[in-house]
Amino acid sequence: MIDFEPSEEQALIIETVRQFAENEIRPLCREADESGAPPKSVVEAAHELGLVANALPEAQGGGGERSALTGVLVAEELAWGDLAIALAILSPSLVGLPVADFGSESQRNELLPPLMEGAFKPGSLAIVEPRFDFDVYHPQTTAKRDGDEILLDGVKCQVPWLEGGEHVVVVASESGSDANSGGLAAFVVPRETAGLSAEPELMMGLGGLPTVELTLSGVRIPASARLEAEDADIRRMIDRGRVALAAAGVGVARASFEVSRDYAKERETFGQPIATRQAIAFKLADMAIEIDGARLLVWEAAAALDRGEDATRLARLAYDQTMRISLQVTDGAVQVFGGHGYIRDYLPELHLRNVSGFASFEALTLV
Amino acid sequence: MAIDFELSQGSQISQDHYHRVAQEQMRPISRKYDLAEHHLPTEWVDYWWKDGRKGPKKATLDVKNDGFVTVCLQAEELCWGDAGLYLRMPTPALGGSAVSAAGTDEQKKRFMSAFREEGGHPIWGAMAITEPQAGSDAAAIETTADFDPDTDEWILNGTKIFCTAGEGAATADGGFIVVWATIDKSAGRGGIKSFVVMANTPGMELIGCEKKLGIRASDTATLRFDNCRVPKENLLGSAEVKKKDPTKSGDKGFKGAMATFDASRPIVAAMATGVGRASLDFLKEELERQGITIRYDAAPRDLTAIERDVIEMEADLQAARLLTWRAAWMMNTGKANNLEASMAKAKAGLAVTKITQKAVQILGPVGYSKKLLVEKWMRDAKINDIYEGTQQINQLIVARRILDYPSAMLR
Repeated sequence: MIDFEPSEEQALIIETVRQFAENEIRPLCREADESGAPPKSVVEAAHELGLVANALPEAQGGGGERSALTGVLVAEELAWGDLAIALAILSPSLVGLPVADFGSESQRNELLPPLMEGAFKPGSLAIVEPRFDFDVYHPQTTAKRDGDEILLDGVKCQVPWLEGGEHVVVVASESGSDANSGGLAAFVVPRETAGLSAEPELMMGLGGLPTVELTLSGVRIPASARLEAEDADIRRMIDRGRVALAAAGVGVARASFEVSRDYAKERETFGQPIATRQAIAFKLADMAIEIDGARLLVWEAAAALDRGEDATRLARLAYDQTMRISLQVTDGAVQVFGGHGYIRDYLPELHLRNVSGFASFEALTLV
Repeated sequence: MAIDFELSQGSQISQDHYHRVAQEQMRPISRKYDLAEHHLPTEWVDYWWKDGRKGPKKATLDVKNDGFVTVCLQAEELCWGDAGLYLRMPTPALGGSAVSAAGTDEQKKRFMSAFREEGGHPIWGAMAITEPQAGSDAAAIETTADFDPDTDEWILNGTKIFCTAGEGAATADGGFIVVWATIDKSAGRGGIKSFVVMANTPGMELIGCEKKLGIRASDTATLRFDNCRVPKENLLGSAEVKKKDPTKSGDKGFKGAMATFDASRPIVAAMATGVGRASLDFLKEELERQGITIRYDAAPRDLTAIERDVIEMEADLQAARLLTWRAAWMMNTGKANNLEASMAKAKAGLAVTKITQKAVQILGPVGYSKKLLVEKWMRDAKINDIYEGTQQINQLIVARRILDYPSAMLR
């Protein structure tokens, strides 16, 4: 039956993450963006909350509470604090969730416990490639079988690459002797593997999330590094990435809406707060409406994932809508701030730069 | 409680039922009554009075828990069929909403029971608020109601326009119109009360019906009240006038009357969604016939302009639908939904205006032609961004809520 109320457990998680985002993440978002890395103390503190571990399998020491719905609720709250720091905090899931879903038992036993035990251990997922006509379903990065080994070649970009990470999951087009070749496949590759070179990237936004352009030239990995995921599985992982990112986009939009709403109530022109002018008030109203609409699309797509249904259409609708409205909202926020919106002392310009990336992002986080 | 997007079994039965009604009873005569404006759609009205109003058979409706969601689904399906005919159904409609919201049990029984009686002839309920000089600013209405202590009657004087279903409600015995009038102009909105005027009450004159852009099957009446006398017992709510307190944003009586909109706006949003979906469903079917299937899994740069348009239309329509369901769900769970009702109405009204216009554009001469219904849906859709609070009035309500401003601070 139609219901929009998070469960009690989810409400508790939302409250915890919201406070964390407000008290720990938001105060350091500017510093992270300018310094090029997330604040270590915040990432470690978030690790203690066990947000990623909660979703990983019990057999390897996780909470076993995998839920895309819970995932999107968390992603929105974290990204409300800051998108880059949120993606950094959640980065262990870039290895954790694909391995949990498609890893062999030995892969799960080897790779999952380190993500949960001890200090924060970031993960990486390499999927996007640096071309304007990149097609996520047909990457140019190839995986060729060569005896007991697999040969990876290609160039990836927008790959989260935080200090201390050990593995990167690489998505490639499979080709070779197999009859069912040509589809998508994913491989767990140690970051130290020969032939892998990571060049730090600078982008318009996401300053607080270190990413790299990753060149794979003749990278050799054992066949056992391939995840047991077929083309359809990777496509579903891409859906999961879109839903998760869309939730984060809603979080950024909500943050931008809130700061511009508060600013509009303080800033005066001609003796009155600008929020009393319809030109500003209606812009804010439209922001609020579109944010809520996008959030419900995200929830609906997440619910479809949790029911095990094909969610490609709903994920696309949610992602594209979020991409549009987050740009509308953050650009609107810059406009409400006027000249101050252009200044890096205020948040709207950071939000605008961050959501501008949604046109190219894929699976920077997963649920 | 847990977030859930699956319809209850009762809702699904209802949705399927009204989809069939829309398909079988409405679509075949949709064009006929678009062309025959001001003619009573007798097939439809008689069908509804005889069978339609009984609702789905064997429905296991859970009215307490998702009755409002189900009402929204019904509105969406029937307006997918034809929005003009939907508005012409012999039901209490908005008049019924007002009686339900503000009437006593005795009044509910007296005015509504005729709608449930078997046999007889079709009757309508309606609400008359708008006047030639006052629409969105409902507090500025000038129709007066004066009490005559000698006869214990209220005497109404004034003119009402844009009264949906007003012709049927004014002229078919047993129906009624809820008329907003002021009993004390000096009290401003505090003096505004609503009165139930039974069909064919002497002094109420049907001046005529509007010629409109769309929803032409719907009778949009102009009514004149010339010393129209209604019994004291037909006043909804109390006759007490609360003087306007300049330190407060409004008094409770007027706000109570306005609260009817919290229930009606989600329904109008659902109606809008129905028209938008009619257009989008047809567009997708037509594209399929031309060999174009929307690829939700294509790379953004591979999508055609049409695919991009359709995906955006779908996302906007679904966002509107979910905002509508949320506002309806809040009604059922007893949560205050003033903000959410206006959000749904604002989003749906604008979304379907754009969606239906885009469908006409994409389909070119086919979309513009009266051979099909695409051009009609565009004309029908536009009203949803106007009535039951224009886009701008709903933006105003949302803005006041999110800014926590009283109406005096944001007009």
